[in-house]
Formats: sequence, structure tokens, C-alpha cells
Amino acid sequence: MQDFFIPSSLIIQEKCCLNDFEALHTQLIAGETSCEKITQAYLRRIEQKKNLHAFLHVFADEAAERARTVDRKLADGTAGPLAGMVIAVKDVICMKGHPVTCGSRMLENFISPYDATVIQRLDAADAVVIGKTNMDEFAMGSSTENSAFGVTLNPMDESRVPGGSSGGSAVAVAASMATTALGSDTGGSIRQPAALCGVVGLKPTYGRVSRYGLVAFASSFDQIGSFGSTVRDVAYVLQTIAGHDPCDSTSADLSVPDYLKALTGDVKGLRVGIPTEYFTSALEAEISGPIMQKVDLLKRHGASIKEISLPHSEYTIATYYILSTAEASSNLARYDGARYGRRAPGVKDLLEMYTQSRSEGFGNEVKRRIMLGTYVLSAGYYEAYYRKGQKVRRLIKQDFDRAFQEVDCLITPTSPTSAFKIG
Amino acid sequence: MKFSEAYEPVIGLEVHAQLLTESKAFCGCTTKFGNEPNTNVCPICLGMPGVLPVLNKNVVEFVIRMGLATNCRIAPRSIFARKNYFYPDLPKGYQISQYEEPICTGGYVEIDLEDGTRKKIGLTRIHMEEDAGKSIHDQDAQTLMDINRCGGPLIEIVSEPDVRSPREAYLYLYKIRQIVTYLGICDGNMEEGSLRCDANVSVRKKGETSFGTKTEVKNMNSFRNVERAIEFEMNRQLRMLEDGEAVVQETLLWDADKNAAYPMRSKEEAHDYRYFPDPDLVPVLVDEPWIERVKSNLPEHPTTRRDRFISEYSLPWYDANILCEERGIADFFEAEISHLHKDDGAKQKEKIKLVANWVMTSVLRELGQRKIRIEDFSLPTGRLASMIELQVDGTISSRISKELWDEMLESNEDPKVIIEKKGLAQVSDEGAIEKIVNEVLEKNKLQVEKFLSGSERVFGFFVGEVMKATKGKANPTLVNSILKRRLSETVLSK
Ligand SMILES: [Zn+2]
Repeated sequence: MQDFFIPSSLIIQEKCCLNDFEALHTQLIAGETSCEKITQAYLRRIEQKKNLHAFLHVFADEAAERARTVDRKLADGTAGPLAGMVIAVKDVICMKGHPVTCGSRMLENFISPYDATVIQRLDAADAVVIGKTNMDEFAMGSSTENSAFGVTLNPMDESRVPGGSSGGSAVAVAASMATTALGSDTGGSIRQPAALCGVVGLKPTYGRVSRYGLVAFASSFDQIGSFGSTVRDVAYVLQTIAGHDPCDSTSADLSVPDYLKALTGDVKGLRVGIPTEYFTSALEAEISGPIMQKVDLLKRHGASIKEISLPHSEYTIATYYILSTAEASSNLARYDGARYGRRAPGVKDLLEMYTQSRSEGFGNEVKRRIMLGTYVLSAGYYEAYYRKGQKVRRLIKQDFDRAFQEVDCLITPTSPTSAFKIG
Repeated sequence: MKFSEAYEPVIGLEVHAQLLTESKAFCGCTTKFGNEPNTNVCPICLGMPGVLPVLNKNVVEFVIRMGLATNCRIAPRSIFARKNYFYPDLPKGYQISQYEEPICTGGYVEIDLEDGTRKKIGLTRIHMEEDAGKSIHDQDAQTLMDINRCGGPLIEIVSEPDVRSPREAYLYLYKIRQIVTYLGICDGNMEEGSLRCDANVSVRKKGETSFGTKTEVKNMNSFRNVERAIEFEMNRQLRMLEDGEAVVQETLLWDADKNAAYPMRSKEEAHDYRYFPDPDLVPVLVDEPWIERVKSNLPEHPTTRRDRFISEYSLPWYDANILCEERGIADFFEAEISHLHKDDGAKQKEKIKLVANWVMTSVLRELGQRKIRIEDFSLPTGRLASMIELQVDGTISSRISKELWDEMLESNEDPKVIIEKKGLAQVSDEGAIEKIVNEVLEKNKLQVEKFLSGSERVFGFFVGEVMKATKGKANPTLVNSILKRRLSETVLSK
């Protein structure tokens, strides 16, 4: 079922193709190219496509140095499984000695003192991190227009948004500025930009990947995932970053299956669910048409298709907003100007330090969500909003539990529209 | 009847105890006290972006100990919550605590009232939480932060409003300290803040079942202050009621120097903590085998131990109470008892009482003078017991035993070796003592005359002279009987 995958479209003037990790790795092992050459090719590509504003920080020298180390390990035969992979990282994931702005003025000059678990694992597997990508501030948004550092353009049509909040990472892969990219997904922040940029995006199941070092937006929803040009590339990244982490109590202590081995292309007997609530008449034909073509394709290859119902679907967005903003209001309390990050100058007392620093440091969307979250947790409103939200969340989960007794997977649209115009 | 006599105070106490785990509650930093400011820190307790807490299992172990020692129900599943408020010493902008589902509920402790009866004080809950840092306001109106203590493990013990007097509050707190120190989970030092107490105080007419408006009193950093502050607040409320005013619900800070409590600024207390379950932590699951394991390793409860000292060692309540005040002292006492030779009932009791006396006076005095804890007392186990044996079997006199004790502390040598070296053994040779008695009587003819003319007091003088001549080593019983005999012989010979 090779035609189910996004076709490789962007091949540049190098001897290798920059959006297929397996192809790169094969050439690397055969000695036809080097990790340094691959890295330099991506760096040139980033320079060429600077106008897209996918990256907030590019680690040109450091990435080249890392690539040379990987080349030495390749020569020794000690290189890790991701040798040759050049990866972009959303600027919400911590890397020791590097900025982690989260797209916010609040953390404009903040340097992380430690590495996220996913970064440690990618390092150990010999992937090369090339830079950090633009995003909606604190991962709140779905267009990457909410970044304090400017918008990112969709490479397919530069007048359109790339989606968000992980827009920079989606663009980095779509425009061949990196083999793969890490993003974070709370309420669609990987899946939606992947859809809008035409790449593969994966939000792993909550608990599959350690959140240690991912700057929190809504802790019970946040999950690190990846972008790639192919499902296999995304699987390579997941294989490396998945698994229990003692530094994250919410990471699942379950064994990690061999994802690549599971990608046989054989779908015979696969039970595919189509949730009717997701395919209303309001859905544009531009979206539903191609999805149904793929459903047909699966059917032709032996999958069984079944309509199912997720009756609480209409409450998901309200529930998500109540619970995610509640958590965000608490998670973002640490940005108070006291220890790191932005501190407003010339304040007269403690209260003014808090209010001024936060007024200056946060953008409007972040402020709106902090206010909403503070409200739903307040005395007198907690029961009506937060606790009710938690109850509805359980009902929504039960919908899925029931559905997965009947089917193995669901097919849904990621976004009700394709990429919209900037502004 | 006085106005106040118709009223009674209703008091509930919230006690925070700093746990003696090696590392903090949610990160690997040490809990060591007294290090340079901001050196016991890491990205987690500094609340850096992206960090996550991981619960220290020993914190759970310690709170289970406390729960079992105070008859609580241990919840098989409890959860952590976030208590949200802004303060510079709180790096995350929230404190990790427990709110809706705490680990321990519904226990009690027994306090000993001065009239000899016992009273149960109910416990609403005991929960785990993390400590805040310390703000230091210097003279330049700058505020400095020390994050060392931040993230340190605490338990909060919340009592029912069962306390009915400032004295009972004192006794309750005293009992809590005794239990936590016995369990080895907290050093119980109020002055250093490892044990902190807040009080909820209200008053009501005796016989009423509803509660009056309560106030919260904070910042009482000693046992005396807790008693005094509650006394103050109780009287303040009574005066208000007597004047026909209404008590306002507020938080007061105790000022020990002024011997008064003052309201906090309302801005500081107007908190809506917006508690909600902490999504970064998973529920704490405690199974039956874990509880059983903790239970089987629990030290004897101080009250149980005191009762046993009374029945097993025939000690008076007063002695048993002092000996059991601190676990280390009680351990020291029992270790010495175990080194005594087994004798018949009366003699054994006598020896045990002597050991008890010695511990209550000389040992405690020594600790106080050296300002050390019993654990740091260097006297090898069994030395006190063998000294008592030597005293009881007459090898040394009780007077000499004091000299021997000092020598033992000085040289750390075995008492028998010291007696040998210093010639401290009691002289029990009747002939030798009689010789000295005769010499004394010969030398002091005038006093003998006095004695014979009825001045009994002079007898003591003769004993003193004999002791002086023998450097205190003469067996006092023999000295007494020989003196009596010789003096009566003198009478007869006259
Ligand atoms: Zn720490």
C-alpha cells in the first residue's frame, strides 16, 4: 500500500533525497554520502527557505560538529540507529545550553539547564538536532500566528498558515529542512499542522513518550510526537523516544513494540471504524472526498469498514477548553519574573513585578487561556466547570473504549478545512 | 459567675512536620540543613520550565508510619493536588499537596491531662506536601531567596476541634512531637521550624454544640508560644463577646516579643487556592502488604512503652514518663537494664530503680551541659549497669560511685579497671575500720563527751571524720555500726 503514503515530492540537487530517512541511511551505510554532507544540505535548504520562518534557532556549527562525530562512529561501526537523521525540534522542548522560548517573549532569553528525555534518547541514537522551530506561544493556537517571533508560512502556498501550534516543525519537514521533526500535541498541535502541510504527523497515546523537558501547556493532554515525510520515518522517531521514563511518573511502564516491523502494509482483516459524528454534512468535500478514497483503498486491500458512534463528540471542544486552560493557568504560574524569564524593569513592589512581567511577557491568546483556566478553577465555579469537565472527559473516553472493542482503528478528518489564509 | 466561666474555647491544630528523608519529596536533592543558600537545588525544585515531579517513596513510608501510630485509616489510593498561589519562595506558583483524597484519615492521639486522666484528640487527616523556600528581607528592602528548603517533604497533621484549653493544645503538640521523634520521621525541633503549628480558635457557651466564629493563629515557634498565643486569642475573643462585639474570621500572627497576636493584612490572606488534582503525578497506591510491613517495623508507641515501664520495671509513673519522653533515652535505659545480672525480685527492682535515678539525673544533666543528644553520648553500653552492680554488691560506696561516674565519662574505661587503678574500692574490712574509728574517737575526746551528754548530732561528725580518713572509701553501713558499738562501749566503760 505504498500509494497510501505521502509521495516524496521535494528532491533537491544533492545525490540523496532529503525526505526519506531509510534512503538516506542506506546511502550512508553504503558510503555514498556522509552525515556531515546530509547536515550541510539541510543547512543550505534552511538558508534557501529562510522566508518561511520555520526556525527560531539554527545550530549550524554544532549540528555539523555532531554530524562529524556520527561519521566517525559510522566508520567505527558504533553508530546508533538514527545515524543520518537530521531532526528539527519544536522550541517547547528543552535542550541543555540552548534557548527554549516557547514562542514567547516571556522566555526570550531563557537558556535551559537540562536536556529533555526525548533529546537524550535522540542523542543516544545519533540523530543530529539542527535547530528549534517556531510555534504558537506556549503551544496555544492552531496557525503559528500566535508566536511572539513572527508567523511561519506554509511551503505549499506561502499566503497560507502551516497550522499549529507545531507549525515550524511541520514546515521544516514539508520543505525538506530536516528529515523529521519533533512537535507537541495537546489538542491537535501535531496532527493539524501535519494535515495542513501535507506531511505525516503522529500524536502518540498519552504516556507513551516522556514529557520530561517538554514545557507544559496542559499536562494531562500534552504529548511529544513527530513529523516525517513517511509513516516509516515517524515510526523510526517513535521507536527511539517511546518508553517509560523514571523522570515522568505519567509515562506508561509498558514495553515498546517494534513499530517498524509492524508496518507491513498488510491491512487484511483490519477493522476500521468511521465515527459518524466526524462526517457531518458541514464537512467540506475537499476534506471528506480524499478521506473516503483512502477508506476505499483500505477496503480493496481487505480491511473491513464499520460505521461507529462516539456519542459525546459534541462536548469534546468545550471539555478540552475547560480542562486544558485550567491546567495551563497553573502550569504558567511559574513565569512570574522572580527567578528566570522576563522581569519588568522599574517595578515598585512584588505585585507590580508579577503583573507587569506577565502583562509584558505573555501574548493575548495565552492571557485569555490563563484567565479562562483561573476562572474554571475558582471557588464557586469549580464544580460547574472543572469537575463537570472531568466527568465529561471520562464519558468521552468511554466512547472510545467502546469503539475500540469493535474496531482496531478510527479514520477521522484532522481539520475541517485545508490551510487557511494568514491573518 | 465570671463571664468567661460560662464559655469554653474550641481549638483545632494544624501541625506541619518536616520529614527526615534523605532527599526532597519530588526530586533527588538532599534535605540537609544548614548548607549554603541555593546549593541544595536542581531544575525540578527550582521549577524550571518542563520539569516534572517524581514522588520519593520514603515520604509515603514515613506518612504511613505516622498514620499507623495515630490510629488512622490508610487510604489504598490517594492523590496529590496543586495549591495555587503566587509567592517568590514558591517557584512553580503552586505547592504540591493533598486535598480531596489524603493518605491518612480519621485517627486520634491520646494526651495525658494533669489530673491523671487521658483524653483522645481526633485527627481529621494527615497528608503529604512539599515545603516552600525561604524569603530573606534584608535591610536594603531587597528580598533574597533561599530555595534549599523548597520541595522538602512535609506532612500536615490536622486535628479535630477537640482541644478545649491552651494547656491541652500544649500537651497535644507535645504528644505529636513525641510520636514523630519516636518514629524517627522528624526531629521535632520547633525553634528550627521542623515542627510548625497553626491553631484555629473559637469560643462558645458551655453546653452548646455549634461552633463560634474561628480565627487562625500562626507563627508560634515554640511550645510555650503555642500555649500563650492560644490563651491570648481565647481571651481576646471572650472580651469581644463580653463587649457585645462579633468575632471576625481572620488570620492572626503571633508576636512573641509583644506577647500578642495581630491580624495579617487582608490582602495576604484573601486566597482562593484553586486546588485541583496534579496531572503530573499518578495516584499513590498503598497495598495491604506495604501497610503490614510498615506496621511490623513500627517502634513501640511512647505511651505503650511508658505503661510497660511501670508494669515491667515497677517504676513510678513520674519516672516512666521522663524515661519515655525521648526514644533514645528509653532505649539507653533499657540497654543498661539488659546488662544487669538477673537477681531476685526485690534486689532487681532496687537495681532498676538505681539505673532509672541515674539516667534521670546524671545522664540527663550531662546531656544538657554538653548540649548533645543521647545518640551522641559516648559512654559504652553496660557501663552504668556494671557501676550499679558494684554499688549494690558493696564494692563501692554510693559516694564513690559519683567519683567513678565522672572518671568513666572522662576515660571511657571500664568501672572495674578504674576502681583497680584508683583504689576506689570500698573498705569493708571491719578490723581496719574499727582501727580508724578508734583513732577518730581518741583524737576527738571533746566531741565524745558531748555525744555522751546527749548531743546526738555529733554522731554525724564522727562519720564524716572516718570517711575523711578513708577518702570516702569506708563502707558507710559498717562505719555506722562500728561507731555505734564503740560509743556504747565507751558509755559502759564510764
Ligand atoms: Zn531539587
